Amino acid sequence: MRDVTIGQYYPSNSIVHRADPRFKLVIMLMFLVMVFFCDSFFSFGFLTFFVILTIALSRVPPLKVLKGLKMIIIVVIITTVLMMIFYTDGDGKPLAEWGIFHIYLNGIYASIKLAWRLMLLVLMPTLLTLTSTPTELCDGLESLLSPLKKLRFPVHELALIMSIALRLVPTLIEETDKIMNAQKARGAKFESKNPFKKIKAMLPVLIPLFVSSFRRADDLADAMDSRCYRGAKGRTRMNKLHFHVGDVLAVLLWSAVFVCILFLNYNWLGWEFIAVLGV
Amino acid sequence: MALLEFKNVDYSYPSGDDDFVRALASASLAVDRGEFVALVGCNGSGKSTLARLANGLITPDGGEVLVDGKPTSDKSALYDIRRKIGVVFQNPDNQMVTTVVEDDIAFGPENLGLPPTEIRERVDWALDCVGMREYAKSGPFRLSGGQKQRIAIAGVLAIKPELMILDEATGMLDPEGRREVMNVVKRLNRDEGRAVVMITHFMEEAAEADRIIILDRGEIVADGGRGLFKTPEVFTRAGLDLPLPVRLSVALRARGIEVGTPLDADEFVAATLAAISAEPIPPQAADACAKPENVLTDDVPQADGEGDAETEAENGGEDEP
Repeated sequence: MRDVTIGQYYPSNSIVHRADPRFKLVIMLMFLVMVFFCDSFFSFGFLTFFVILTIALSRVPPLKVLKGLKMIIIVVIITTVLMMIFYTDGDGKPLAEWGIFHIYLNGIYASIKLAWRLMLLVLMPTLLTLTSTPTELCDGLESLLSPLKKLRFPVHELALIMSIALRLVPTLIEETDKIMNAQKARGAKFESKNPFKKIKAMLPVLIPLFVSSFRRADDLADAMDSRCYRGAKGRTRMNKLHFHVGDVLAVLLWSAVFVCILFLNYNWLGWEFIAVLGV
Repeated sequence: MALLEFKNVDYSYPSGDDDFVRALASASLAVDRGEFVALVGCNGSGKSTLARLANGLITPDGGEVLVDGKPTSDKSALYDIRRKIGVVFQNPDNQMVTTVVEDDIAFGPENLGLPPTEIRERVDWALDCVGMREYAKSGPFRLSGGQKQRIAIAGVLAIKPELMILDEATGMLDPEGRREVMNVVKRLNRDEGRAVVMITHFMEEAAEADRIIILDRGEIVADGGRGLFKTPEVFTRAGLDLPLPVRLSVALRARGIEVGTPLDADEFVAATLAAISAEPIPPQAADACAKPENVLTDDVPQADGEGDAETEAENGGEDEP
């Protein structure tokens, strides 16, 4: 848990790791939109091919990436099952039927696609956090949002808040541990099965945690003041983000993938024929 | 003009509804460039208040604090004041802004608006100063307390202040961590010529400074060089401990053996050996040695018996304070 700050970053020197975080974020956003445009099995397969390609290029062990699926596996199973038994196809004949539950062939297809979509939606963000540090992502986001500065949107402050929040998560977890132990030493019980009792037992943990967080915030503010902080005004950065030809190429490649998916989905110019394998 | 000057500074904290607790009462002092000062006092003697007044985190109720002649009450001068006076606080965990060591050290120089190449240089330099170069990319949570505190010092150092105030920066560290930090501070003062004010209640640390200021309940009760240890009452009256060598020499003096005021173990041993070999042990001290339960004085004659030749050699190079 203490490693939240580094996230699940997997250190390596692959081209995916070295890529500019801004471009990675843009690709990620494009990818998330793309997934919702996928409709046929062919388009899913097509997209999955590029996801696998990216994972291979990142040199992160595939198992590490798949681990990201662990936390959503239950959601995937539940939604898939529900989709399968409640999907109603007006034209087709159900393969099986029990009371209000029925299974259609198209229902099976639809639920497989749903599961596939959910998994893709989790895989790429997992890969993003495996290949970029939180700091890089913060910087990337700050840089991407910088045009909003013209609208008086506090981009720098937002990025700083994010960075401080990330930095303090492990500290607060440690603190919670300490307070819980202190309360246990005084006879507090946290192991109750009753959820109401459990919540009530957390109260003597939360209050000291809040108090100490405010004290920490005061200390941190003093330390920042002492180190000449005065907001975004006149501030420079040590690590300026630099993009390379490879970053531009990656964005172009993914844009091409996006266009292909759109062609597959909307059958523009009758090009759906490339989807001979599509169902 | 002194770098940092307190002129009759008063400061009170609000406590309760209408009550005030006086933290400093007409405190006056001046610190010059390149000095190494230890500021000592018990808890609640106003040490930390003094540190926070020095770089304008708080402003005095009465009197004024001047940094290079500019008062800290002038809000527009605060930025320049903080460039000159850097403060390292007690808890390193509450001073780090980012998750990567080198980014954290860059925070100060970034605030100064320096060009990226210069920030890089300063970060590397600060890391070298505290001997933490190999941890540049690591997260602060894998570091020990001493290492974290060294990072906090590097973070302030990268601003290149002319005076660094360490507010009980070693308070939360184990002996090993304290030694690490002390070595860094001494080197900064000696090699980089930076003035240091070390706020501490560890007398062994205070004994390493060139000048010692004692605070007692908001008042400056003594201000002088290491010679202050010759009058141990000044310390004990302020509720402070004395460094072990000084305590031992006081005890020896009570038994008629004069060893001066040695400030570290080597000095103490040398001075004691010299004192004992130079003159016959006075009768009352010999009596004290005869008591078996007195472990301390028990050891001395043994050392005397073994180290006669050494004592002679050390006698030559010995200069008693």
